[in-house]
Amino acid sequence: MSGRVLVGVKRVIDYAVKIRVKPDNTGVVTDGVKHSMNPFCEIAVEEAVKLKEKKLIKEVVAVSCGPQQSQETIRTALAMGADRGIHVEVSGKDYENLGPLQVSKILAALAKKEDAQLILLGKQAIDDDCNQTGQMTAALLDWPQGTFASEVSLEGDKINLVREIDGGLEHIKINTPAVVTADLRLNTPRYATLPNIMKAKKKKIATMKPADLGVDLTSRLEVLKVEEPPQRQAGMKVETVEDLVGKLKEAGRI
Amino acid sequence: QSTLVIAEHNNEKLTPITLNAISAASKVGGEVSCLVAGTNCAKVAEEISKVQGVKKVLVAQHDSYKGALPEELTPLILQTQKQFNFTHICAGASAFGKNLLPRVAAKLDVAPVSDIIEVKSADTFVRTIYAGNALSTVKCNEPIKVFTVRGTCFEAAPTEGGSAASEEVPASSPVGVSEWLKQSLTKSDRPELTSAKVVVSGGRGLKSGENFKLLYDLADKLNAAVGASRAAVDAGYVPNDMQVGQTGKIVAPELYIAVGISGAIQHLAGMKDSKTIVAINKDPEAPIFHVADYGLVADLFKAVPEMTEALSK
Repeated sequence: MSGRVLVGVKRVIDYAVKIRVKPDNTGVVTDGVKHSMNPFCEIAVEEAVKLKEKKLIKEVVAVSCGPQQSQETIRTALAMGADRGIHVEVSGKDYENLGPLQVSKILAALAKKEDAQLILLGKQAIDDDCNQTGQMTAALLDWPQGTFASEVSLEGDKINLVREIDGGLEHIKINTPAVVTADLRLNTPRYATLPNIMKAKKKKIATMKPADLGVDLTSRLEVLKVEEPPQRQAGMKVETVEDLVGKLKEAGRI
Repeated sequence: QSTLVIAEHNNEKLTPITLNAISAASKVGGEVSCLVAGTNCAKVAEEISKVQGVKKVLVAQHDSYKGALPEELTPLILQTQKQFNFTHICAGASAFGKNLLPRVAAKLDVAPVSDIIEVKSADTFVRTIYAGNALSTVKCNEPIKVFTVRGTCFEAAPTEGGSAASEEVPASSPVGVSEWLKQSLTKSDRPELTSAKVVVSGGRGLKSGENFKLLYDLADKLNAAVGASRAAVDAGYVPNDMQVGQTGKIVAPELYIAVGISGAIQHLAGMKDSKTIVAINKDPEAPIFHVADYGLVADLFKAVPEMTEALSK
């Protein structure tokens, strides 16, 4: 394989921010809140850049769907080593309703347009926790999928993958073109260095609309309300192991 | 209205989360059918036919279903869906279900709903977002509703008393774009993490993989599974399949004992539905104490052996 890799990068509320639900229960507060690249997407970018450094692929294209600020997320990917970016502009009501199905349609259309050999994505985004986009993009393209990958190696026109499954690990081999989604242990993403951040400013980001790709953004999922989960009350402190064992026996837990 | 539950199994035994998915399907209302696809799965089909709430068991056997590759199973599910016109398709939100169902949904051009924790009605589900820090109630207006089910949020359907009819369905043609090579499963005599009644988990406070032995000893006294925080996994103490948390496994045992775990949000997301939580940590300010029913501020290297000892009496 020596082709082009598309990497999806999603702009999400930073993982360290404490989420607040809006008082009207329509969603969570995003205004004035720090945003960053979804951590699983960082792992996907790192993997793509590594493949390029090993000269196994020729170009890394970072894609993000969302409002103007998504370009910052693309810049981060460019600073990590992606070659160029594509920003698919989605804003306002369309952005609120943008889900994995619509994003998958956009990614599938771009994969064809760009003649990509591989799409690398994070296994899930830490905002909606859907874990769907990679699988759906692969389906729309009729490509094989290597999800929750913790090891990826290219072998001719096939990809050997180790996947994280419930009881351990699974080894599969898939044809290319393919979609691969990154799990936590695939790699440790690099920090962008200052010279690379400066270089990234000169790299190109193309902008387009979903309609340019022939993608309809209609969503048939409706969020009725978003609320705080029930809070668990802190219980009591016990002084000794003996106390603890006593309490657990009293409660019938042991 | 009718629901198809995709059974997860290893050709020998049904994976327990399928029973939770069957319960969720029963809550949706209408008839519940189960699809068992495998290389040699008659035993599993028989097992499911006794599960309460299942009306029909559909069985498809072919060598291409080895390893349950989503590329091979998706055409079968689509074909079965076409034959029976199910209004709902679901599976457990395990690595199997999460891998497979979005692929099926995209082929049907419908948006799936992942990892639901509650069925409000036939089209309305509750799921968690932001690592469990918010609950989202979603109405699905798709003609076919595709969803995965968080096992810990639904009781397992009883495995006896049912009498479902079994029916062979034609196998789909092999696709051949992917190949399953092997699995390396962590072997353990202890109960499985997501279905254990008691879980003992260790965090960075354990300081090394060797020290997890303290937890294994305690777990053996309690017939407990052993888990770990992401910090302990990242530090290389234990393998990733032991990870409890938003990026690992979600557990809700009757008793959860967190040892040397500070209680990062992402860990709490994976265990806060446990019935009773015990925290043992030397830092009295650790956030884990905010969710613990019983907190013991102590040096784990003293407290854990002491507890094991106390339980041996």
